[in-house]
Amino acid sequence: MLSVEVSDIRKRYGDTVALDGVSFNVGKGELFGIIGPDGAGKTTLFRIIATLILADEGTATVEGFDVVKDYKELRKRIGYMPGRFSLYQDLTVEENLSFFASVFGTTIKENYYLIENIYKMLEPFRKRRAGKLSGGMKQKLALCCALIHKPDILYLDEPTTGVDPVSRKEFWEMLKKLQQDGITIIVSTPYMDEAVLCDRIALIKEGRFMTIDTPENIRAGFADELWAVRSDRMHELLYAVRSFRGVDNCYAFGETVHFTTFGDGSFSPDALKDRLRAVGHGDIRLERTRATIEDCYMSLARE
Amino acid sequence: MEREIVIHTEELTKRFGNFTAVDRISFDVYKGEVFGFLGANGAGKTTAMRMLCGLSRPTSGTGTVAGYDISRQYEKIKSSIGYMSQKFSLYEDLKVWENIRLYAGIYGMKDKEIERKTAELLERLHFTRERNAMVRSLPLGWKQKLAFSVSIFHDPAIVFLDEPTGGVDPYTRRQFWEMIYEAADRGITVFVTTHYMDEAEYCDRVSIMVDGRIDALDTPANLKAQFGAESMDEVFRSLARKAERSE
Repeated sequence: MLSVEVSDIRKRYGDTVALDGVSFNVGKGELFGIIGPDGAGKTTLFRIIATLILADEGTATVEGFDVVKDYKELRKRIGYMPGRFSLYQDLTVEENLSFFASVFGTTIKENYYLIENIYKMLEPFRKRRAGKLSGGMKQKLALCCALIHKPDILYLDEPTTGVDPVSRKEFWEMLKKLQQDGITIIVSTPYMDEAVLCDRIALIKEGRFMTIDTPENIRAGFADELWAVRSDRMHELLYAVRSFRGVDNCYAFGETVHFTTFGDGSFSPDALKDRLRAVGHGDIRLERTRATIEDCYMSLARE
Repeated sequence: MEREIVIHTEELTKRFGNFTAVDRISFDVYKGEVFGFLGANGAGKTTAMRMLCGLSRPTSGTGTVAGYDISRQYEKIKSSIGYMSQKFSLYEDLKVWENIRLYAGIYGMKDKEIERKTAELLERLHFTRERNAMVRSLPLGWKQKLAFSVSIFHDPAIVFLDEPTGGVDPYTRRQFWEMIYEAADRGITVFVTTHYMDEAEYCDRVSIMVDGRIDALDTPANLKAQFGAESMDEVFRSLARKAERSE
């Protein structure tokens, strides 16, 4: 069963092409990630499938409803948490939640079980104005407000941007829990390490999906020979490896330097180690490594 | 060899009413160092950084930045540092050259020098054709690279970067770090916050704030050894878990 069917969506703003022919499906109950940097078109795509703006071309249906013709019916079934904080700053936590519930003709009580785990953490601040909440608390409140009408599908536009690694992990645990409750989720993020937490992902660049698949398949599809190297002089290492024979793409990757080879047999690992030793590197470790989603993104983005 | 200290704090503290945002932090940062300033949201990073930038006065404790006292000579500090954040960096409604001109003017640079260095900078960034483009029209990655270049245009002793790479694509993020290294090689001290733990690896030393205190400060390699961790992500998580206050 499909929850979302998007076909060849295009959208321009003046001379700027925001979406350049995007097609994808999302299955019911799936956790689908849209991964890419700011400005790639993620927010525009959300707004179109949330019935808030019209595409120039292409079609989209969500839960069987057309985003243009059936927008009124569809809106009841979507929970949308925009990237920018969208709650009423002058209303308290509780008032915001009641407001969103009443707009959708329901009450906090009716669907409380859905938000209970998240709202519990907010309860001590029930009477505080939303504008006075910390970033993490605002995020939790926004999620509660997007859920209070028991939507079939949840859209989350960059819910973890600017959030520290620990809070990001907590947020993803909340999403996994919601998925178990049967809600279909589409989430966007610029953090490549979050991709592996999704069932399937789309890697987006400049208004196009470069690939759509499970994180595992995308990693398995990395075509080049990838190596990881480290030494006691990491900064110089990058430049030394980059200029070495047979090395194609070379970039810093956390505590190692990653590089791909041309695959024509011109690269010799032993020769690289000799060369690095000769120019003063110690503690050299060189090994083949598996591509992460971030390696895949950079590789696809170069093509 | 005695290394030159550019940031020095002793028991630096900031209280807001009953709340101690920054709790007696003491540390040094050396010239030309890339210093990573990490911590969970709400750990006190922004408050500490504001004091170091001369924007807010400590409740107690002392500190010097570029040789100036943060409690008394804060105006001097402002002219000796550069600052860039993800949230605010350039004026969107000004052209590329106008942004450079504005910042350079604020820092009191001479017209002739501004002109020469602007041409040089645009050349180096391959931005010469975008000279007259509105900043609004540039892709985010370009903006961030330009913003960083503008923040060190007046050759400050230290540049403070507050989450400079948030939301930037992986490739541009790396180019950005190569620019950070170049600046450090020129002797500019780089004080940077980030939520990308791979970027913590790129720093010479890293401090991690928990509940207003600096709970760890060392090279990434030593921190990993100290915590028996595989990655900086693990180090960060084992420290942040101890946090009692959440923002």
